[in-house]
Amino acid sequence: MIPATFDYAAPTSVEEALSVLAEAGDDAKVLAGGQSLLPILRMRLNAPEKVVDLGRVEALRGVRDGGDHIAIGSMTPYSEVVGNALVQEHAGLLAKAVETVADPQIRHRGTVGGALVHADPAGDVGAPVLALDATMVVVGPGGERTVGAGEFFHDLFETAVADGELLTEIRIPKHTGWGSAYEKFVRVSHQWSIVAVAATVKAEGGTITEARVGLTNMGSTPLRATAVEQALVGKGTADLADACAAAAEGTNPPSDLNGDADYRRHLATVLTRRAVQHALGG
Amino acid sequence: MTRITVTVDGASYTDEVEPRMLLVHYLREVLGKVGTVVGCDTSNCGACTVHLDGRSVKSCNMLAVQADGHEVTTIEGLSTNGELHPMQTAFHENHALQCGYCTPGMIMQAVDLLKENPNPSEEEIRVGLEGNLCRCTGYHNIVKAVAAAAGSSQRSDA
Amino acid sequence: MTAVDDRPTTSPEIGSARRRKEDQRLITGRTKWTDNIQLPGMLHLAMVRSPFAHAKIASIDTAEASAAPNVVRVFTGHDIADIQGVNITAWPISPDQKTPDHLPVPLERVSHTGEIVAVVVARSAAAARDAAELVDVDYEELPAILDLKEAANDAVLAHPDLGTNKSAFWQLDSAAQGSGGDVGEAIEKARQDGIVIEREYRQQRLIPAFMEPRSTVVDPTGEQVVMYSATQVPHILRFCIAATTGLPESKIRVIAPDVGGGFGGKLQSTPEEFATLAVARKLGKPCKYTETRSESMISAHHGRDQWQKLTLTAEKDGTVTGLKVDLMADLGAYAAIVGGGVPVLGAWMFNAIYKFPAYQFNCTTYYTNKTWVDAYRGAGRPEATFAIERLMDELAAEVGVDPLEIREKNWIKHDEFPFTSVAGMTYDSGNYEAATARAKELFGYDELRAEQKQRRESGDPVQLGIGVSTFTEMCGLAPSRVLGSLDYGAGGWESASIRMLATGTVEVITGASAHGQGHETAWSQIVADRLGVPFENVEVLHGDTQIAPKGMDTYGSRSLVVGGEALVRAADKVIEKAKKFAAHSLEASVDDIEFSAGQFTVRGTDKGVGISDLALAAFAAHDYPEDVEPSLDADATFDPVNFSFPHGTHLCAMEVDTETGATKMRKYVCVDDIGNIINPLIVEGQVHGGLVQGIAQALWEGAEYDEQGTLVSGSFVDYTLPTAADTISFVTDHTTSPATSNSLGTKGVGEAGTIASTPAVVNAIVDAVRDRGIDDIEMPCTPERVWKAIQSAGGRQGAGVTPTQQPHFDEGTPNQDPSAGTTDGAVQ
Repeated sequence: MIPATFDYAAPTSVEEALSVLAEAGDDAKVLAGGQSLLPILRMRLNAPEKVVDLGRVEALRGVRDGGDHIAIGSMTPYSEVVGNALVQEHAGLLAKAVETVADPQIRHRGTVGGALVHADPAGDVGAPVLALDATMVVVGPGGERTVGAGEFFHDLFETAVADGELLTEIRIPKHTGWGSAYEKFVRVSHQWSIVAVAATVKAEGGTITEARVGLTNMGSTPLRATAVEQALVGKGTADLADACAAAAEGTNPPSDLNGDADYRRHLATVLTRRAVQHALGG
Repeated sequence: MTRITVTVDGASYTDEVEPRMLLVHYLREVLGKVGTVVGCDTSNCGACTVHLDGRSVKSCNMLAVQADGHEVTTIEGLSTNGELHPMQTAFHENHALQCGYCTPGMIMQAVDLLKENPNPSEEEIRVGLEGNLCRCTGYHNIVKAVAAAAGSSQRSDA
Repeated sequence: MTAVDDRPTTSPEIGSARRRKEDQRLITGRTKWTDNIQLPGMLHLAMVRSPFAHAKIASIDTAEASAAPNVVRVFTGHDIADIQGVNITAWPISPDQKTPDHLPVPLERVSHTGEIVAVVVARSAAAARDAAELVDVDYEELPAILDLKEAANDAVLAHPDLGTNKSAFWQLDSAAQGSGGDVGEAIEKARQDGIVIEREYRQQRLIPAFMEPRSTVVDPTGEQVVMYSATQVPHILRFCIAATTGLPESKIRVIAPDVGGGFGGKLQSTPEEFATLAVARKLGKPCKYTETRSESMISAHHGRDQWQKLTLTAEKDGTVTGLKVDLMADLGAYAAIVGGGVPVLGAWMFNAIYKFPAYQFNCTTYYTNKTWVDAYRGAGRPEATFAIERLMDELAAEVGVDPLEIREKNWIKHDEFPFTSVAGMTYDSGNYEAATARAKELFGYDELRAEQKQRRESGDPVQLGIGVSTFTEMCGLAPSRVLGSLDYGAGGWESASIRMLATGTVEVITGASAHGQGHETAWSQIVADRLGVPFENVEVLHGDTQIAPKGMDTYGSRSLVVGGEALVRAADKVIEKAKKFAAHSLEASVDDIEFSAGQFTVRGTDKGVGISDLALAAFAAHDYPEDVEPSLDADATFDPVNFSFPHGTHLCAMEVDTETGATKMRKYVCVDDIGNIINPLIVEGQVHGGLVQGIAQALWEGAEYDEQGTLVSGSFVDYTLPTAADTISFVTDHTTSPATSNSLGTKGVGEAGTIASTPAVVNAIVDAVRDRGIDDIEMPCTPERVWKAIQSAGGRQGAGVTPTQQPHFDEGTPNQDPSAGTTDGAVQ
């Protein structure tokens, strides 16, 4: 319940943060909202030499309209994302998924950027960001680069963000007018997702013209169910089951107290169908 | 050690703290605000819930240094001029507490809940309290108390 | 005429929904939790705990930790061996019970993950924690026995020196004790021409998970050693300390300040308390230890953990004829304070409210290398109630009648009380018909059955099930003579004192030790009525062995039915004493003094004096009767003659999503009969909280270990307690059959909800899918388990009920052969 000692820095700009990180080397840990990091420090599962708190970097917070996309600052807390009109209008899926994260107190502090870089496969931000074809803006000593969501998640707790780099912004192409749903399956409400499915669809006259489906906790990273996305085109509420049957294909979900891999694969197909159905307004 | 200045329950405090000190430990051990308690080490139970700049947070899940320059309200600062906050009264009137250990966090979260949504349904109250564990009440009377505090009609479930 | 007869006919306080006195400090954060206590120069402890389930402690190097900043000293078991005492069991269930020594800090060998091997003392909790990481313990790992059934084979021993994992065997046989027939004969007969239901049920291991982590502060600086502890049992704890550490009982003061829940989990003398005491005495300085939640999960005792083999026999028409119970109970690594007594408490409850002519209960207890197991809300009775209420549903299915009908056929009728059960318990009062009728009405039983039928017929992916639990329990622990006959190490009495203070207020001292129940309020109501003083003028003191020197503390739904009766008797003694003062002051004969609503009057006159005036007169002592002492105080100790037997009918509707296995509670109705009610508000609260703990066993909770003996569900992330969002609002009501064993007519309510609700929920889930051939789902009924049951039963959907699906226990008996056909022979 008491973290090991560490040095602390609270830079106020991205530049300052980068130089503090560069100086500290690989023994530094970036503190975003801290809602996953603090438990790790308290349990002494990790004991960094230095904690670099981004909480005072105002530039990293907020949502802006980027024209064909919306740009979400990495330090924007969940609660601001959920309530943000731009997110609701152009990336409804993300708002719905983020609303299910943990509990209200944690949503007040936790940030979307922190969650993405932490990259817990059971977290609820990865799948919608993947499904929405987001682009991540990463800055480091060498300047700024962008990484597609599909290339962002490398493995369990590993992303494209290297030591000394920061995720600054998440750019989400506008999915205006798309229906969306996030089907999260838990045993008790404060649990991490056992499995969750993020689905967003564009439909005309009840028929799907485009579909995006992301899976939570079906492998070591969030996954995209592209086969399902293709199969869904041309389908309506009545004939989703077949298209969704392949949702778990190629996945390698974990087995734990909440369910084994087979059960999770089954859940993924049922939840995908339900998510798409709800995204269609069903 | 890092110097911080925090306003807690209306009073300003300046202290040198270790960066690793959790906000809840700062409140309890440095300021003696022992009304805020610790119930777990995984940030599930919500017993340590306080308000940071008017929004509910789990004070075990923050460092004291992160509160530098901010305003914290604890259960001890909720009543004003000796008058109980309506949520405190509602908890008392509706027998929404037994051992009382979860109560400070539960009340602080319930206050935040009504600030967000002044007229919640039973379902909204339940979901709004999902970050606070209680082992005594079965939540029944807590939900009733929050509904009462909101002035929404009480359920007629005998 | 006695004071009892003179008491007011109206009871303005008893029965009123008084808001609790305790609340003010709790809702404002001005509570005294043990962890809040700071004493001058107080030192802080951190425990070094074993990561292994079973290991020899080869060596402990404390040098680096001792040299760390602000560390005062690091203690191993050897350093405190002379004074650390032993964590004892109070209830050896058989004369030959095997009981390993339970040292608070073991010297040679650890027997479960999380056992303490060293104690770091530092000037701050942070420094202690830091240094604990520097203690270098060399373990030689030993094979660990983790599975209860494997433990019975003795292939791997939890304690090699005991030579076996078996601790003890305990039996109740109705033929042997003369309370009923021979269960063997009943089974034999049923195999020929009746019904034999044989099932094996698992009572999973649970964690009490009180919200306040345990904390202990020991101040050794005065003449007496003062221990503040988050305990349910300050008096028992003091006894245990005195009995094993060499400290005289009179030199120990134990204080339970505000205690944040217990549910049996703080009914213990713990290694942490004893280690803190030993270290504080060695250093002569106040010491504090507060556990983290993760430490609590692994070191505070767990509950349940049984395998239950059950054989129920009946006539073809469903009239029960016999019940045989074979329990295997996992004690964990040590026999805890109640220990083997917990499963034994179920012995009188498997037969429940039903008129079994023959009954046998067998219980064998075993050690494993897991956290010790002891009382958790209900303690023995939830396990028994689960088994019988599940079996009655199975019997109903076998006979092909409604589960309520089979119960009614077999239960004790309201005009048959007092009724001596086949286990030998005499139930004093009850009315199962009335509670059931009311519950059915509130539930809308027939409508929900109709909906169930409709969903079934339409093939709705969401099926509906209805679960019944017509429970009873025995509580109000306990008649001391009964405890003595069971070799329990203490009595079951309770004590109360009442002191009339000179300025008009009343001090009430109770030996019960509340930790959330609301004794301060309920006790005030009883005393206010009895003495005719204002509710506000009564101050209830408890939880400090110096203030309340005699007590047996709070557990087993005993406080009101035992402690409340002690209170009544103390009050009546005060009144008797005050009558003499009144007679003296009013210049009348004591025989002419009447007492009502706080006023003593002379019969037939308008002369009178108030009890508070008499208290002042007694205090001044200027003028008082010759044959009394100048005080209006009285003590009483009440030893109950019987248990109390609350009962009730609980009805639960569960929706089962057959596509995912997810379950959702639709409605829960309970009508409990707990006799007369002192405070309906407090009673409702106890019922609600109890329900959710019982429901949580059915649906969510389970302590799970991996193959290394690590507790996988060792935090609130993985031990899934329900939240407000996972539960519903309940419909509760009462019928009233006053208890005859105490003058208030009350029965215990603290555990009723937990005892009753678990089988109601599981029965509802099984009922939802029974038409698919499913007759059991192991607890917790996780969505995965429900879904897998549906999958494996898939082919049998609509096949109707398959009787006696599990293999019979007695090898070679006639109905092992399907062709014998005695119970349709459908053995799988």
